[in-house]
Amino acid sequence: MQNTSTSQTTTLQLVLAWSFAGIPLLAGVAQTLVNAMKLFQ
Amino acid sequence: MTTTIDGSGLPSRTLLPFLDREHTIARPGYSRWMVPPAALCVHLCIGQAYAFSVFNLPMTKLIGITESTPADWKLTELGWIFSIAMVFLGLSAAVFGRWVEEGGPRRAMFTAGVCWASAFLISALGVYLHNLWIIYLGYGVVGGCALGIGYISPVSTLMKWFPDRPGMATGMAIMGFGGGALIASPLSVWLMGKFASSSDVGVFATFVTLGCVYFIFMMVGSLIVRVPAPGWKPAGYVPPATASKLMTNNDVFVYQAIKTPQFWLIWIVLFCNTTAGIGVLGQASAMSQEMFPGQITAVAAAGLVGLMSLFNMGGRFSWASLSDFIGRKNTYFVYMTLGFVLYVTVPYAGASGNVVLFVICFLIIVSMYGGGFSTVPAYLRDMFGTRYVGAIHGILLTAWSAAGIAGPVLINYIREYNVTHGVPKAQAYNTTMYIMAGLLVVGFIANLCVKAVDKRHHMKPEVDADLAQAAPSRA
Repeated sequence: MQNTSTSQTTTLQLVLAWSFAGIPLLAGVAQTLVNAMKLFQ
Repeated sequence: MTTTIDGSGLPSRTLLPFLDREHTIARPGYSRWMVPPAALCVHLCIGQAYAFSVFNLPMTKLIGITESTPADWKLTELGWIFSIAMVFLGLSAAVFGRWVEEGGPRRAMFTAGVCWASAFLISALGVYLHNLWIIYLGYGVVGGCALGIGYISPVSTLMKWFPDRPGMATGMAIMGFGGGALIASPLSVWLMGKFASSSDVGVFATFVTLGCVYFIFMMVGSLIVRVPAPGWKPAGYVPPATASKLMTNNDVFVYQAIKTPQFWLIWIVLFCNTTAGIGVLGQASAMSQEMFPGQITAVAAAGLVGLMSLFNMGGRFSWASLSDFIGRKNTYFVYMTLGFVLYVTVPYAGASGNVVLFVICFLIIVSMYGGGFSTVPAYLRDMFGTRYVGAIHGILLTAWSAAGIAGPVLINYIREYNVTHGVPKAQAYNTTMYIMAGLLVVGFIANLCVKAVDKRHHMKPEVDADLAQAAPSRA
């Protein structure tokens, strides 16, 4: 059943969705980068 | 409970109708850029599997707390947890692929979320009762099924939303699987530190916490995901009127696809690329220290492993995105050719003591290992169409399971054989590197043999429903 009414995605929804997934990922990347720097010490 | 028409055209009763594909069709105005974060919510969680080893050592001290006692579990026994999970990843992706495809992404993500949270909670019970079989069942079997279903759940949906950039779209999701370990590893260590006490190593509470956190994340993903309405196309996108040599506008039924030589050639390509990558990924720390004694310390080796994780993750996005421009077959030619050169260069780097060259080789190799995973869904889509690509991808992942056994076995046993036959440790990996390079030659030939799927395999509208009904859905 296809709903024909519209539902505009707002910029806020996009920012929230990307932040929800992206912030933990960036934190993990940053932590790994810090550990990886030991290779060059 | 409602009655709906499932993907096979048969009426089916569903307990939770909001999970149905029909209820996830996007309304006009829905942004397709909401789908990648939904997919990431699932893949970032199940990517934890790559970080499960952080629990191994603490779980050998559940009774002794400060040190292992004879009643504690052994590392060899604990190693089976991950192996069982990987086997069930491949099996569940293959068995449930068609169900995932027909039921839609929300149902699959929801199921994966329930299974993944249950896996941690059952494992917590296993830790509490100190019964390893419960953990084998929990993380190994239930968690493995969550991995398989969760891994393939957003793949075809992303390609339907991004017909103009299918490689980039699946690359974003599968990048999340690589990135999941980057989050889970420090988070698990931090949680165990917080929950640990003089009478508890903190594994039980960490499992319960992770189960709850992952459940919330995966539910959010399943709630925001949508499938495009039939006939939807991105603004300004004009599908090619005639398919190119290796790209079809037709669909191939899942069980018909596995009868084609193209499927098995791509299976061989993925197997060779993954076996070669897995071999070095799992042994990078020991290998770097043994090849460069005194130059690469244990701490530096840990740094190399971290850097490789980043390149594994980044490669999943960047190589798959590149494949949208140069084509899937050419991308795999790059993996095989460049990989061959790099594997052959590693022994030279070791012999000449060139650490920088060695590190560069490993980083590019591991990026192509990740890229192999993220490029293959779009390759399958090019060959077999979009309709059953998730299910076909699920069956193809058996190549991953097979490579998971072959890669480490090859590298470990050949090294052991060399060392026991007097080869210096610094050169013990040379034979393995040449064998991996040889594997890539096999992959190159298999990729070269991939041609367009014969028209007789394409689905026809009039037999479409008959085929789907004749082959019973396996779930």
